[in-house]
Amino acid sequence: MDAANYLYLSALLFTIGAVGVVVRRNAIVVFMCVELMLNAANLAFVTFSRINGDLNGQVVAFFTMVVAACEVVVGLAIIVTIYRSRRSASVDDASLLKR
Amino acid sequence: MLDLAISVGQTQTPEAVLFWVLAPLTVAAALGMLLVKKAVHSAILMASVMVNLAVFYIAQDALFLGIVQIVVYTGAVMMLFLFILMLVGVDSSDSLTETITGLRPIAIVAAVGFGGLMVSLIGRATLGRNAIGLEAANSLGNVQGIAQLLFSRYVWPFEVVSALLITAALGAMVLAHHQSIQVRPTQRQLSTQRFRGKSLANAAGLPAPGVFARHNAVDVPALLPDGTPAANSINATLQARGDMLTSGTFELGKVDTSKGEEK
Repeated sequence: MDAANYLYLSALLFTIGAVGVVVRRNAIVVFMCVELMLNAANLAFVTFSRINGDLNGQVVAFFTMVVAACEVVVGLAIIVTIYRSRRSASVDDASLLKR
Repeated sequence: MLDLAISVGQTQTPEAVLFWVLAPLTVAAALGMLLVKKAVHSAILMASVMVNLAVFYIAQDALFLGIVQIVVYTGAVMMLFLFILMLVGVDSSDSLTETITGLRPIAIVAAVGFGGLMVSLIGRATLGRNAIGLEAANSLGNVQGIAQLLFSRYVWPFEVVSALLITAALGAMVLAHHQSIQVRPTQRQLSTQRFRGKSLANAAGLPAPGVFARHNAVDVPALLPDGTPAANSINATLQARGDMLTSGTFELGKVDTSKGEEK
Protein backbone atom coordinates (compact mmCIF):
# COMPACT_ATOMS: atom_id res chain seq x y z
CA MET A 1 0.00 0.00 0.00
CA ASP A 2 1.21 3.48 -0.76
CA ALA A 3 1.31 5.95 2.11
CA ALA A 4 -0.54 8.43 -0.09
CA ASN A 5 -3.71 6.37 0.37
CA TYR A 6 -4.21 8.20 3.65
CA LEU A 7 -4.47 11.41 1.64
CA TYR A 8 -7.21 9.93 -0.56
CA LEU A 9 -9.07 8.80 2.56
CA SER A 10 -8.71 12.28 4.00
CA ALA A 11 -10.11 13.88 0.82
CA LEU A 12 -13.04 11.45 0.85
CA LEU A 13 -13.89 12.14 4.50
CA PHE A 14 -13.65 15.88 3.92
CA THR A 15 -16.08 15.64 0.99
CA ILE A 16 -18.55 13.55 2.99
CA GLY A 17 -18.41 16.10 5.80
CA ALA A 18 -19.02 18.96 3.37
CA VAL A 19 -22.09 17.22 1.94
CA GLY A 20 -23.37 16.69 5.47
CA VAL A 21 -23.04 20.38 6.29
CA VAL A 22 -25.11 21.27 3.24
CA VAL A 23 -27.73 18.55 3.37
CA ARG A 24 -28.57 17.92 7.02
CA ARG A 25 -30.94 20.23 8.89
CA ASN A 26 -30.30 19.35 12.51
CA ALA A 27 -27.78 21.89 13.77
CA ILE A 28 -26.03 19.28 15.94
CA VAL A 29 -25.53 16.91 13.02
CA VAL A 30 -24.23 19.85 10.95
CA PHE A 31 -21.70 20.49 13.70
CA MET A 32 -20.64 16.87 13.73
CA CYS A 33 -20.05 17.08 9.98
CA VAL A 34 -17.84 20.15 10.52
CA GLU A 35 -15.91 18.07 13.05
CA LEU A 36 -15.54 15.34 10.44
CA MET A 37 -14.03 17.88 8.01
CA LEU A 38 -11.57 19.08 10.67
CA ASN A 39 -10.62 15.48 11.43
CA ALA A 40 -10.04 14.79 7.75
CA ALA A 41 -7.71 17.78 7.59
CA ASN A 42 -5.88 16.46 10.66
CA LEU A 43 -5.37 13.11 8.96
CA ALA A 44 -3.79 14.93 6.01
CA PHE A 45 -1.52 16.87 8.38
CA VAL A 46 -0.36 13.69 10.11
CA THR A 47 0.24 11.97 6.78
CA PHE A 48 2.28 14.89 5.45
CA SER A 49 4.21 14.97 8.70
CA ARG A 50 5.19 11.38 8.04
CA ILE A 51 5.97 11.98 4.36
CA ASN A 52 8.20 14.95 5.17
CA GLY A 53 9.76 13.33 8.18
CA ASP A 54 9.32 16.15 10.68
CA LEU A 55 6.86 16.73 13.50
CA ASN A 56 5.60 20.19 12.49
CA GLY A 57 2.52 18.65 10.87
CA GLN A 58 1.62 16.87 14.09
CA VAL A 59 1.97 20.09 16.08
CA VAL A 60 -0.37 21.85 13.63
CA ALA A 61 -2.85 18.96 13.92
CA PHE A 62 -2.65 19.38 17.69
CA PHE A 63 -3.50 23.08 17.37
CA THR A 64 -6.39 22.17 15.06
CA MET A 65 -7.76 19.90 17.76
CA VAL A 66 -7.65 22.70 20.32
CA VAL A 67 -9.38 25.15 17.99
CA ALA A 68 -11.97 22.48 17.12
CA ALA A 69 -12.67 21.97 20.82
CA CYS A 70 -13.23 25.74 21.25
CA GLU A 71 -15.50 25.78 18.23
CA VAL A 72 -17.57 22.91 19.57
CA VAL A 73 -17.96 24.51 22.98
CA VAL A 74 -19.12 27.88 21.63
CA GLY A 75 -21.18 26.33 18.83
CA LEU A 76 -23.07 24.01 21.12
CA ALA A 77 -23.71 26.89 23.52
CA ILE A 78 -25.19 28.86 20.61
CA ILE A 79 -27.36 25.89 19.64
CA VAL A 80 -28.64 25.61 23.21
CA THR A 81 -29.38 29.35 23.28
CA ILE A 82 -31.27 29.21 19.98
CA TYR A 83 -33.14 26.13 21.11
CA ARG A 84 -34.15 27.88 24.31
CA SER A 85 -35.71 30.82 22.47
CA ARG A 86 -37.09 29.04 19.39
CA ARG A 87 -37.70 25.47 20.62
CA SER A 88 -36.00 24.05 17.57
CA ALA A 89 -32.54 22.81 16.66
CA SER A 90 -33.16 23.03 12.93
CA VAL A 91 -30.91 25.30 10.90
CA ASP A 92 -33.86 26.17 8.65
CA ASP A 93 -35.89 27.66 11.46
CA ALA A 94 -33.34 30.29 12.43
CA SER A 95 -34.17 32.58 9.52
CA LEU A 96 -35.32 35.69 11.33
CA LEU A 97 -32.95 37.98 9.43
CA LYS A 98 -34.35 36.82 6.08
CA ARG A 99 -37.80 38.30 6.63
CA MET B 1 -8.75 6.58 -16.51
CA LEU B 2 -7.06 8.69 -13.92
CA ASP B 3 -3.36 8.28 -13.66
CA LEU B 4 -2.76 8.27 -9.94
CA ALA B 5 0.90 8.99 -10.15
CA ILE B 6 1.79 9.99 -6.61
CA SER B 7 3.94 7.48 -4.88
CA VAL B 8 5.54 8.18 -1.57
CA GLY B 9 6.84 4.78 -0.78
CA GLN B 10 5.31 1.50 0.23
CA THR B 11 4.29 0.74 3.77
CA GLN B 12 4.74 -2.50 5.64
CA THR B 13 2.18 -5.25 5.06
CA PRO B 14 0.55 -5.06 8.54
CA GLU B 15 -0.18 -1.39 8.01
CA ALA B 16 -1.66 -2.11 4.59
CA VAL B 17 -3.95 -4.73 6.10
CA LEU B 18 -4.94 -2.31 8.86
CA PHE B 19 -5.67 0.40 6.32
CA TRP B 20 -7.73 -1.74 3.98
CA VAL B 21 -9.77 -3.09 6.87
CA LEU B 22 -10.36 0.19 8.68
CA ALA B 23 -10.59 2.67 5.79
CA PRO B 24 -13.78 1.17 4.28
CA LEU B 25 -15.26 1.00 7.78
CA THR B 26 -14.41 4.66 8.34
CA VAL B 27 -15.93 5.76 5.05
CA ALA B 28 -19.02 3.62 5.69
CA ALA B 29 -19.46 5.14 9.14
CA ALA B 30 -19.03 8.66 7.74
CA LEU B 31 -21.59 7.98 5.03
CA GLY B 32 -23.91 6.45 7.59
CA MET B 33 -23.62 9.64 9.60
CA LEU B 34 -25.14 11.46 6.65
CA LEU B 35 -27.85 8.95 6.00
CA VAL B 36 -29.23 7.89 9.38
CA LYS B 37 -32.29 9.69 10.62
CA LYS B 38 -31.63 10.07 14.34
CA ALA B 39 -28.98 12.46 15.58
CA VAL B 40 -27.94 10.04 18.34
CA HIS B 41 -27.06 7.39 15.77
CA SER B 42 -25.07 10.01 13.85
CA ALA B 43 -23.13 10.76 17.04
CA ILE B 44 -22.29 7.09 17.60
CA LEU B 45 -21.11 6.71 14.00
CA MET B 46 -19.05 9.89 14.35
CA ALA B 47 -17.40 8.46 17.47
CA SER B 48 -16.47 5.32 15.54
CA VAL B 49 -14.96 7.44 12.75
CA MET B 50 -12.87 9.27 15.35
CA VAL B 51 -11.63 6.05 16.96
CA ASN B 52 -10.65 4.74 13.52
CA LEU B 53 -8.77 7.96 12.82
CA ALA B 54 -6.95 7.58 16.13
CA VAL B 55 -5.81 4.13 15.00
CA PHE B 56 -4.57 5.64 11.75
CA TYR B 57 -2.63 8.29 13.66
CA ILE B 58 -0.97 5.67 15.82
CA ALA B 59 -0.18 3.58 12.74
CA GLN B 60 1.54 6.64 11.26
CA ASP B 61 3.89 7.12 14.23
CA ALA B 62 1.79 9.90 15.76
CA LEU B 63 1.29 8.20 19.10
CA PHE B 64 0.60 11.37 21.07
CA LEU B 65 -2.02 12.62 18.60
CA GLY B 66 -3.70 9.21 18.52
CA ILE B 67 -4.12 9.19 22.28
CA VAL B 68 -5.24 12.85 22.29
CA GLN B 69 -7.73 12.03 19.55
CA ILE B 70 -9.33 9.34 21.71
CA VAL B 71 -9.23 11.33 24.95
CA VAL B 72 -10.25 14.74 23.58
CA TYR B 73 -12.45 13.89 20.63
CA THR B 74 -14.08 10.58 21.40
CA GLY B 75 -14.03 11.16 25.12
CA ALA B 76 -14.81 14.82 25.61
CA VAL B 77 -16.18 16.33 22.40
CA MET B 78 -18.51 13.46 21.48
CA MET B 79 -19.80 13.26 25.06
CA LEU B 80 -20.49 17.00 24.87
CA PHE B 81 -22.43 16.39 21.66
CA LEU B 82 -24.43 13.62 23.33
CA PHE B 83 -25.14 15.82 26.36
CA ILE B 84 -26.48 18.58 24.12
CA LEU B 85 -28.51 16.05 22.16
CA MET B 86 -30.14 14.89 25.37
CA LEU B 87 -30.69 18.50 26.45
CA VAL B 88 -32.16 19.71 23.17
CA GLY B 89 -34.10 16.53 22.62
CA VAL B 90 -35.41 15.01 19.47
CA ASP B 91 -37.53 17.10 17.17
CA SER B 92 -38.68 17.35 13.59
CA SER B 93 -35.31 18.59 12.37
CA ASP B 94 -34.15 14.99 12.59
CA SER B 95 -36.20 14.09 9.55
CA LEU B 96 -34.44 13.71 6.24
CA THR B 97 -37.01 15.63 4.19
CA GLU B 98 -35.59 18.13 1.76
CA THR B 99 -36.63 21.71 2.57
CA ILE B 100 -34.95 23.54 -0.31
CA THR B 101 -35.98 21.89 -3.56
CA GLY B 102 -33.11 20.55 -5.59
CA LEU B 103 -30.60 21.03 -2.81
CA ARG B 104 -29.73 17.38 -2.49
CA PRO B 105 -28.92 16.62 -6.16
CA ILE B 106 -26.90 19.83 -6.40
CA ALA B 107 -25.01 18.95 -3.21
CA ILE B 108 -24.24 15.45 -4.49
CA VAL B 109 -23.06 16.72 -7.89
CA ALA B 110 -20.90 19.37 -6.22
CA ALA B 111 -19.48 16.79 -3.81
CA VAL B 112 -18.61 14.36 -6.60
CA GLY B 113 -16.95 17.21 -8.49
CA PHE B 114 -15.02 18.42 -5.46
CA GLY B 115 -14.01 14.94 -4.38
CA GLY B 116 -12.92 14.03 -7.90
CA LEU B 117 -10.90 17.22 -8.11
CA MET B 118 -9.17 16.53 -4.78
CA VAL B 119 -8.40 12.91 -5.65
CA SER B 120 -7.04 13.78 -9.06
CA LEU B 121 -5.00 16.62 -7.58
CA ILE B 122 -3.46 14.32 -5.00
CA GLY B 123 -2.94 11.73 -7.70
CA ARG B 124 -1.16 14.10 -10.07
CA ALA B 125 1.05 15.74 -7.47
CA THR B 126 4.56 14.38 -7.47
CA LEU B 127 6.96 14.61 -4.65
CA GLY B 128 9.96 13.19 -6.44
CA ARG B 129 11.07 11.18 -3.45
CA ASN B 130 9.83 8.58 -1.05
CA ALA B 131 8.32 9.28 2.34
CA ILE B 132 11.01 9.94 4.88
CA GLY B 133 9.13 8.48 7.83
CA LEU B 134 9.35 9.63 11.40
CA GLU B 135 12.00 7.28 12.74
CA ALA B 136 14.61 10.05 12.95
CA ALA B 137 12.19 12.69 14.24
CA ASN B 138 10.81 10.28 16.82
CA SER B 139 14.21 9.05 17.94
CA LEU B 140 13.79 10.64 21.38
CA GLY B 141 10.16 9.60 21.50
CA ASN B 142 7.10 11.12 19.87
CA VAL B 143 5.92 13.05 22.93
CA GLN B 144 9.39 14.45 23.55
CA GLY B 145 9.70 15.50 19.91
CA ILE B 146 6.37 17.30 19.93
CA ALA B 147 7.14 18.93 23.28
CA GLN B 148 10.46 20.20 21.94
CA LEU B 149 8.71 21.89 19.01
CA LEU B 150 5.75 23.09 21.05
CA PHE B 151 7.85 24.84 23.68
CA SER B 152 10.42 26.33 21.34
CA ARG B 153 9.22 27.27 17.88
CA TYR B 154 5.49 27.18 18.63
CA VAL B 155 5.49 28.65 22.12
CA TRP B 156 3.73 31.85 21.04
CA PRO B 157 0.92 30.07 19.11
CA PHE B 158 0.62 27.76 22.10
CA GLU B 159 -0.02 30.71 24.42
CA VAL B 160 -2.46 32.27 21.95
CA VAL B 161 -4.37 29.02 21.67
CA SER B 162 -4.59 28.73 25.44
CA ALA B 163 -6.05 32.25 25.55
CA LEU B 164 -8.56 31.17 22.89
CA LEU B 165 -9.53 28.14 24.97
CA ILE B 166 -10.17 30.26 28.05
CA THR B 167 -12.15 32.78 26.00
CA ALA B 168 -14.25 29.98 24.52
CA ALA B 169 -14.98 28.57 27.97
CA LEU B 170 -16.03 32.01 29.20
CA GLY B 171 -18.16 32.56 26.08
CA ALA B 172 -19.91 29.24 26.55
CA MET B 173 -20.68 30.16 30.17
CA VAL B 174 -22.09 33.54 29.12
CA LEU B 175 -24.18 31.99 26.35
CA ALA B 176 -25.49 29.11 28.40
CA HIS B 177 -26.33 31.25 31.42
CA HIS B 178 -30.08 31.38 31.68
CA GLN B 179 -31.92 34.34 33.08
CA SER B 180 -35.62 33.59 33.22
CA ILE B 181 -37.68 36.33 31.61
CA GLN B 182 -40.89 35.66 33.45
CA VAL B 183 -41.50 34.61 37.02
CA ARG B 184 -42.27 30.96 37.40
CA PRO B 185 -45.90 30.39 38.48
CA THR B 186 -46.32 28.96 41.94
CA GLN B 187 -48.48 25.98 42.87
CA ARG B 188 -51.07 28.37 44.21
CA GLN B 189 -51.22 30.38 40.99
CA LEU B 190 -51.46 27.21 38.90
CA SER B 191 -54.35 25.99 41.02
CA THR B 192 -56.14 29.33 40.71
CA GLN B 193 -55.61 29.22 36.98
CA ARG B 194 -57.17 25.78 36.75
CA PHE B 195 -60.31 26.66 38.66
CA ARG B 196 -60.84 30.30 37.70
CA GLY B 197 -60.00 29.73 34.02
CA LYS B 198 -62.44 29.59 31.15
CA SER B 199 -63.31 25.92 31.44
CA LEU B 200 -63.15 23.37 34.21
CA ALA B 201 -62.04 20.63 31.80
CA ASN B 202 -58.62 20.30 33.36
CA ALA B 203 -59.65 21.16 36.90
CA ALA B 204 -58.75 17.70 38.11
CA GLY B 205 -55.49 17.65 36.17
CA LEU B 206 -54.70 16.23 32.76
CA PRO B 207 -56.08 12.76 31.94
CA ALA B 208 -53.77 9.88 32.77
CA PRO B 209 -52.45 7.80 29.87
CA GLY B 210 -53.35 4.20 29.30
CA VAL B 211 -56.57 2.45 28.39
CA PHE B 212 -58.13 1.30 31.58
CA ALA B 213 -58.34 -2.47 32.07
CA ARG B 214 -56.91 -3.15 28.61
CA HIS B 215 -53.49 -1.57 28.23
CA ASN B 216 -51.90 0.51 30.89
CA ALA B 217 -48.80 2.24 29.60
CA VAL B 218 -47.58 5.80 29.18
CA ASP B 219 -47.33 5.41 25.42
CA VAL B 220 -51.05 4.84 24.83
CA PRO B 221 -53.44 7.80 24.98
CA ALA B 222 -56.45 7.53 27.24
CA LEU B 223 -59.85 7.10 25.66
CA LEU B 224 -62.50 9.78 26.05
CA PRO B 225 -66.08 8.65 26.73
CA ASP B 226 -66.89 8.81 23.01
CA GLY B 227 -64.00 6.47 22.21
CA THR B 228 -61.60 9.05 20.73
CA PRO B 229 -58.08 9.25 22.10
CA ALA B 230 -57.29 12.12 24.49
CA ALA B 231 -54.22 13.78 22.98
CA ASN B 232 -53.21 15.64 26.13
CA SER B 233 -52.92 12.45 28.14
CA ILE B 234 -49.56 11.72 26.52
CA ASN B 235 -46.22 13.40 27.02
CA ALA B 236 -45.43 15.72 24.11
CA THR B 237 -41.93 14.26 23.79
CA LEU B 238 -43.32 10.78 23.12
CA GLN B 239 -45.58 12.23 20.44
CA ALA B 240 -42.71 14.08 18.77
CA ARG B 241 -40.54 10.99 18.82
CA GLY B 242 -43.31 8.85 17.37
CA ASP B 243 -43.00 6.35 20.24
CA MET B 244 -46.74 6.28 20.67
CA LEU B 245 -49.30 3.54 20.16
CA THR B 246 -52.80 4.35 19.03
CA SER B 247 -55.49 3.46 21.46
CA GLY B 248 -57.67 2.27 18.60
CA THR B 249 -56.17 -1.19 18.78
CA PHE B 250 -57.48 -1.52 22.32
CA GLU B 251 -61.04 -0.51 21.57
CA LEU B 252 -63.88 -2.74 22.62
CA GLY B 253 -64.60 -5.35 20.02
CA LYS B 254 -61.16 -5.12 18.43
CA VAL B 255 -59.32 -7.01 21.13
CA ASP B 256 -59.68 -10.72 20.90
CA THR B 257 -61.15 -11.45 24.31
CA SER B 258 -61.67 -15.15 23.65
CA LYS B 259 -58.04 -15.86 24.41
CA GLY B 260 -56.93 -15.45 27.98
CA GLU B 261 -54.06 -13.04 28.50
CA GLU B 262 -52.55 -14.67 31.56
CA LYS B 263 -48.84 -14.17 31.71
